[in-house]
Amino acid sequence: MSILIDEHSRVIVQGITGRDGSFHAAAMLGDGTRVVGGVTPGKGGTLSGSVPVFNTVAEAVERTGADTSILFVPAKNAAAAIREAADGGVKLVVCITEGIPVQEMIATVRYVKSKNAVLIGPNCPGLISPGKCKVGIMPGRIHRPGSIGVISRSGTLTYEVVYALTESGLGQSTCVGIGGDPVVGTGFIELLELFEKDGDTEGVVLIGEIGGEEEEEAARYIESYFSKKVAVFISGRTAPAGKKMGHAGAIISGSSGTAESKVRAFRDIGVPVADRPDQIPGILKGEEAERRIGMQGLA
Amino acid sequence: MKLFEYQSVKLLAQYGIPVPRGEAAETPPEAAGIAARFGGRCVIKAQVLSGGRGKAGGIRVVSSEKEAFVAAEKILAMTIGGYPVTKVLVAELVDLRREFYAGCAVNRAMKRAEFIFSGAGGIDIEETASAYPDKIRRVPLDASGGIGRLPLEEALGPSIGRGMLLDKALSVAWKMERLFSEKDCLLLEVNPLGETVDGRLVAVDAKIIIDDNALAKHPELERLRNPEEYSRDEMDARAAGLSFVGLDGDIGCMVNGAGLAMATMDLIKHFGGRPANFLDIGGSSSPQKVVDAIAILLRNRNIRAILMNIFGGITRCDDVAKGVILAKRMIDIPVPFVIRLIGTNDEIARKLLADEGITAYSDLNEAVRSAVASAGMGGAS
Repeated sequence: MSILIDEHSRVIVQGITGRDGSFHAAAMLGDGTRVVGGVTPGKGGTLSGSVPVFNTVAEAVERTGADTSILFVPAKNAAAAIREAADGGVKLVVCITEGIPVQEMIATVRYVKSKNAVLIGPNCPGLISPGKCKVGIMPGRIHRPGSIGVISRSGTLTYEVVYALTESGLGQSTCVGIGGDPVVGTGFIELLELFEKDGDTEGVVLIGEIGGEEEEEAARYIESYFSKKVAVFISGRTAPAGKKMGHAGAIISGSSGTAESKVRAFRDIGVPVADRPDQIPGILKGEEAERRIGMQGLA
Repeated sequence: MKLFEYQSVKLLAQYGIPVPRGEAAETPPEAAGIAARFGGRCVIKAQVLSGGRGKAGGIRVVSSEKEAFVAAEKILAMTIGGYPVTKVLVAELVDLRREFYAGCAVNRAMKRAEFIFSGAGGIDIEETASAYPDKIRRVPLDASGGIGRLPLEEALGPSIGRGMLLDKALSVAWKMERLFSEKDCLLLEVNPLGETVDGRLVAVDAKIIIDDNALAKHPELERLRNPEEYSRDEMDARAAGLSFVGLDGDIGCMVNGAGLAMATMDLIKHFGGRPANFLDIGGSSSPQKVVDAIAILLRNRNIRAILMNIFGGITRCDDVAKGVILAKRMIDIPVPFVIRLIGTNDEIARKLLADEGITAYSDLNEAVRSAVASAGMGGAS
């Protein structure tokens, strides 16, 4: 099984005629995704590769039965494009775009919720259910179908962890990049809820970083409501306070959002936190040495 | 993007919020001249992008032009919180009866913006928030960005009382919210928002942080950018399309992806080294970016090794390799250069680099260990 996307998902690509949109539409098709259409205002009626292009999301949804959209739209227009997707009947909206102003995202997240749609991102690599569907920019070939769920604020760090999982024989049910911005559509807890209900997910990896208190909230949720195995990696332990570390949401403000606070929140409830990404598979397999490291650190 | 107090105060004034009269000065004579216009009695305030000015002696009350000159001279020679003081604000003195805290900020956990108020102003709001959480009142900005009158009255009333002062406070709150929304602030703080002895409300100090992602919409704000906020390397990196933060170690690193870049820094420390910086070269594998990144890292004389970590998804490892080879031809790299490459076309990349005498690791831990060892051995290659 998987969460949010599977072999039935019908995907449209907003911004399909741009450089990134066309590249990734082709890549997703290559990974087995049912890319059924694309949207670029003014280019309706043309083809992007073999994919029909429409002028609006509403039209694309009507003509293709799409339920999912992935956005490769510049930051300037991205919030409006997300709203257009929600208006057009898309149920899962995945926004890759980095650089959207946070106040625009506050309004947009609220809007998408009011339309009963789910937003992943922005500023994220998307999500993948290996073997079934990829709605994102991650390299499909490092993933394998399996029973580990991955939830991450990062892009390439996620690939690093997934690579370690695959190499050790632990395939993935669904990997979700929630994005590096301070306000995102879907967070750790909503996805943990979905993974809890997913019959084929046996364990989850959380990849967090400095900034905000979402990891701490996730730890509280896991303590009370999550029954499956969890392994955690937190990046930014060497980050200085007050500086944005690439991601708009990766900033320690005063005493809030430190890596130490996040690591402690998980270790305090018995969830191991790896010191190195390559320790994650061992923790999930319950290897005693890795578990001990995960609880105390310093391997 | 952080604004100085004098810039923030000016923005408040543009939105009709009462502020003390004042002007920025860069030299003691300038400061004295401004003080003269206030009859000599005024306050000289260091303009720095860090807190703790008062404790450091960066805020001085003076009662004559001469004193203003001397105070400005002293303050302009200071460094506060790591920032050299380049300007002072010379402002009229305001006698306050009470001090409040008022601000607008993004609440990440609640995915909303809020107006925040406390009857206990003038001191560290974080201290107040953790020690006395019920002294902090939060009023969400609603969907259209406004603040409802009733919740605002409930938040302000207990500290301010009813009557004219409350009306003034409501007006200030609404103006602050407009400024916060229209100028895409991440934070707008007025601390203290003072009640003067003659019953007026004045924003005596202000701090504004603008959302970097929104600057394209606000060219007038981009013009306010202060070079003091970033080191030269950080500014140059930004101009080259790179994301860079300087630290104080001796192992430079360059990585594709912010989370992986932070993890790489953490691993350097984990294996006993000291990272010199954070540098995200992003998803593009353009050779020019590789060259620019290496050049910026090498400006730091403390660097004893460089570690490059690339996980190639869309980024092609052979493109990165070509960038490295180009860089080596263009710049002298006098320190050990350790590369880890994995992902798309990594084997092709490894071969290209091997032909140039560069070993590219595929295991991250091994690469980090190698960089740490190289730095430890004096660094000369």
